[in-house]
Amino acid sequence: MIRNGAFAKLFSLVFAVFMLAPLVVVMGVAFTPEGFLEFPPSGISLRWFEAILDNPDFIDAAIVSLQLGVASATIATVICVPAALAIGGGRFAGRDALQALFLSPLTVPTVVLGIAFLRFLSMMGLNGTFGGLVFCHVVIIVPFVLRLVLASVTGLDPSIARAATSLGAGGWTVFWRITLPAIVPGVVGGWVLAFITSFDELTVTVFIVNPATTTLPVKLFSHITQTTDPLVASVSTVAILFTVALMLIVDRLYGLDRLLIGEGTR
Amino acid sequence: MTGDRARPWLLSAPALLLFAVMLVTPLVMTAILSFNSFDFYGGIQPTFGFSNYADVLGDSYFYEIFGRTFLIALVTTVICALIGTPQAYFLLRMHPFWRSLMILVVLGPLLISVVVRTLGWAILLGNNGVINEALRNIGLIERPLKMMYTSGGIVLALVHVMVPFMILAVWAALQRQDPATEKAAESLGAKPFTVFRRIVLPQAMPGILSGSLIVFSLSASAFATPAILGGRRVKVVSTTVYDEFLNTLNWPLGAAIAVILLVSVLAIMVAWNRLVEKRFAAVFQ
Repeated sequence: MIRNGAFAKLFSLVFAVFMLAPLVVVMGVAFTPEGFLEFPPSGISLRWFEAILDNPDFIDAAIVSLQLGVASATIATVICVPAALAIGGGRFAGRDALQALFLSPLTVPTVVLGIAFLRFLSMMGLNGTFGGLVFCHVVIIVPFVLRLVLASVTGLDPSIARAATSLGAGGWTVFWRITLPAIVPGVVGGWVLAFITSFDELTVTVFIVNPATTTLPVKLFSHITQTTDPLVASVSTVAILFTVALMLIVDRLYGLDRLLIGEGTR
Repeated sequence: MTGDRARPWLLSAPALLLFAVMLVTPLVMTAILSFNSFDFYGGIQPTFGFSNYADVLGDSYFYEIFGRTFLIALVTTVICALIGTPQAYFLLRMHPFWRSLMILVVLGPLLISVVVRTLGWAILLGNNGVINEALRNIGLIERPLKMMYTSGGIVLALVHVMVPFMILAVWAALQRQDPATEKAAESLGAKPFTVFRRIVLPQAMPGILSGSLIVFSLSASAFATPAILGGRRVKVVSTTVYDEFLNTLNWPLGAAIAVILLVSVLAIMVAWNRLVEKRFAAVFQ
């Protein structure tokens, strides 16, 4: 294996600084004892972390985001597993069209999805409801789940399921005892990626929330566009730490590159 | 057996039903909405005409917004390709320990909300921000450089958001290459840059092309970054749609702008795919 030279090392170092700078700055600012954004902070204070507790808006928004992420990721996974078994299970007329449809939310600009959902939900009288929010998020995250589940379905050996069937196992038994255990990594990876995508989603969500169902990214966004105080930095820091913890767990369980490249889909 | 033929459709039925109700219907309703008209007092009027499209296509204000949006997306894509391609190549050649660390650095930010990352850029780029303060302290500048509320600032932050997608695409393409080709070139006396240009770059090309498509389409419809760093002063298509829907409340006009965005992004994607298939057919074989 050929190793990198000095230029490559310097390039990578500068690139790493570029990638981390905005995150480091946000986390640094959060610890300021002052009432305004300053970096580097003139001292270390947890004042702005305590301030989160005095702002139940942010906590409520975080709870909504968590519930929304869990609900939509779970529904998306439950409907994607059978769809992936169908699409990955063999050729049939309309298969490519079906797959293209399920991946299409990635191609439509998110702002277009946002107004489409707003128009639809308000005509149905469901605008701002939690249920409406959940199903919009399911549509957005289905492509992510489908790709990962599909990747593990295409790696399945169909002869094992056939062997189980020939030994008298019914369709459900084959699914629960043979198929599902084999695709579990893809299913879990898909769920986590879907949860994170839903948890971070702004562009669509900003159109379809009301004050009671405001999510954390929407709350942060509307706060930032009005004022910038260190409170947004401390809330962001908590969100960053939460994501990093989740990321490290996923990296251990599944491999971050596998999760994001979607191994086997190419 | 008819049961076998129905099986895939039965399995896909829940997802298909959801997409029919929650994706196809809303998009069709939006398309219809864009042909309705808007009355300041009466709200949305159920008429049918092309007046919104005529308004958008006949107004230089909207041309400027669309032009700026696609220019920002184009520059972001080019910069991502210029940075992402060598970085993906260096990643491949790294020691496994540094590589796994670097993958966390490259991919980790993808999982953190764009709002949070853009907040970081707002703190860095402001008139009293980190960069301006640092430059002033070392005496390079006297007055702050204006970076907030400029297209340049938006491009910088968008590159940060988009470059992981480029690296992922190039990385996937490079993993399929045969490392022996590099060694062969090197043993024949090629300098590192020549190896990169003549051996690695052609093999990375499919990744660069597909990555460019992803980066361009995501940048053209990005919302959070231009909304926070550009505000009302540097408007792009997505922030204009947002204003029409949530401030001006002229939904039909906003829908027409959104439909034009959707159609132009799809047209660019199809044209790009055509071009790529024609010119680089050999690479994909």
